[in-house]
Amino acid sequence: MIFKRPFFWIVIGVSALLALLPLWGNDATLRETLILSAVAVILATNLNLMIGYTGYVNFGNVIFFGLGGYIGLYLTTVRGWHLITAALAAGLAVSLFTLLFGLAILSLRGAYFALATIGILEAVRAFVSNFAPWGKAAGLYVSFAVYQPLGGPMRAVWLAYFLVIAVFCLSLLLSLAIKNSKFGLALFAIREDEDAAVTLGVNARFYKARIFSLSAFLPAVAGALIYFKSGMIDPGEAFELTVSIEVIVMMMLGGQGSIMGAALGAALYEQLRGYLLTSPSLSHFQLVIAGGLLLVIVQFAPGGLIGWLYRLVPGARRLFE
Amino acid sequence: MSGIFASLLDGLLVGCVYGLAAIGLNLIWGVMGVINLTHGAMIALGMFGLYLLFSSLAVNAYILLLPILAAGFAAGIVVYWMAVYRVVGRPALMSLLSTFAVNMMIIGIGTTLWSTSPYNVNFNLPGISLGPYTFTGNHIAAAIAAVILAGALHLFLYYTRFGRAIRAVADNRDAAELMGISSTRVLMVTFGVGSALAVASGGLIATLFPFTILSGGVYQLRSFVVTVLAGLGRPVGALFAGILLGLLEGAVTPFIAISWIPLIEFGLFVVVLVLFPRGLFGRNA
Repeated sequence: MIFKRPFFWIVIGVSALLALLPLWGNDATLRETLILSAVAVILATNLNLMIGYTGYVNFGNVIFFGLGGYIGLYLTTVRGWHLITAALAAGLAVSLFTLLFGLAILSLRGAYFALATIGILEAVRAFVSNFAPWGKAAGLYVSFAVYQPLGGPMRAVWLAYFLVIAVFCLSLLLSLAIKNSKFGLALFAIREDEDAAVTLGVNARFYKARIFSLSAFLPAVAGALIYFKSGMIDPGEAFELTVSIEVIVMMMLGGQGSIMGAALGAALYEQLRGYLLTSPSLSHFQLVIAGGLLLVIVQFAPGGLIGWLYRLVPGARRLFE
Repeated sequence: MSGIFASLLDGLLVGCVYGLAAIGLNLIWGVMGVINLTHGAMIALGMFGLYLLFSSLAVNAYILLLPILAAGFAAGIVVYWMAVYRVVGRPALMSLLSTFAVNMMIIGIGTTLWSTSPYNVNFNLPGISLGPYTFTGNHIAAAIAAVILAGALHLFLYYTRFGRAIRAVADNRDAAELMGISSTRVLMVTFGVGSALAVASGGLIATLFPFTILSGGVYQLRSFVVTVLAGLGRPVGALFAGILLGLLEGAVTPFIAISWIPLIEFGLFVVVLVLFPRGLFGRNA
């Protein structure tokens, strides 16, 4: 049972702490820092479902976040939906979109799949840049009136924060639940040797499409929340290939395949990036440092930080997985 | 009617350069199974290399391609030892990420040196007039240079001993080792040649259009499209696929807004990848 896992209670505890911490003294700066880290963790753990669990490299993962943001912003501003229903609708719509594309491109393996996701990312970006209802290249903006039903901008931002923390909690629990299920076992089998898995009766096509679509849901919900909070979205920012790759870096930094690893890597990378961006002497070298870090991890420590930690403290694995 | 003719001819000339840009990517992918994400950064380095050489030497920009090729070869070998040597033959994710890491470093340094503002090489060859249309000399010269370089690669791969070794390693690395070929050396030279061609295509593009340090990314994506159209391990086929892409752009430009073109290109890319994974000119299984 998932409730017997220590990691389940760790996730609940950390989420509660994150929700309460900025309330203490109404600390908006802390809230903004935490929300960025929470989003990084959401993106990295959901991507881990595809790359770490199933072994399929998805370079288009930012589509989920960006498309969710577009649908959410469109529904709240143009259609006047409530934030929560709009975010859920965005999640469902993006999952469905991903399922359809997944059925088409998941027959490709390895590098070919990775390239197809880059192609889809660029095609979606080009489409949205030309799509008139979504404001073409200029994007969408939130008008202030949208915040009124939620009790003004202040309250709306706090609501978005609590919802993001809820999505953060759900992302970690989803990863944990899948890891401890028959579904998860099938995914691991596909990752290790897809042909052997198929021979043993694993319906790879069905499982791959399902995990692809599932890994899109929570990032899309988070996208709807975050872009609602920031108040604007444009195609260049929403569908940036570099962001996709940064999420992969986070996951690799912590350790692919491990929930704790992906989460830890995301939180650390986000802190590091914040530090590099604000440091006056290093801000130009942000890419150089992140690149150097990635190069070292890939070549010398493919297990990431968590792999190193587990070798050091063998008991930690039972606590965190 | 003649408007579309001019547009097609322009597409043909630019397509040769697209093809050359993709040849390096295709060669590396086909021979070593590595998708080289430093490709775009190399193209950008070629652009800036040509710009710097041209502004300090002020000779014919197309002669400067020779030192650029040599520098690209050397840069490729450095990148090979830095990022590729350890990940050849490992899962695709590893080589994708380690080459992307180098890409990030090059772009980071380039942004620091040259910011992201546009540059251009102020060099113009006299054009050729054809009825009411004038084709700039640069377009023609760049297309000719691209075809010459692609032809030279073809001769190297099919008519030299080392070219045969490269093809042997591409077919089966283990078997090639058993025949006494040092596959590490072959892979290193392949990566060098692929990078040299990427850098050279960057130099050619710099004589045609204004560019920034980030422009390489656009041509890298286009090179993916061309490579997928051409099929893997067919470097010279990439020249024809590049021309095809250029003609396609030329054919649709008069009729639709330019901003829709990426959607057509990448839509085509995904469809070809799914339906014809061996490329339009690929051998049958």
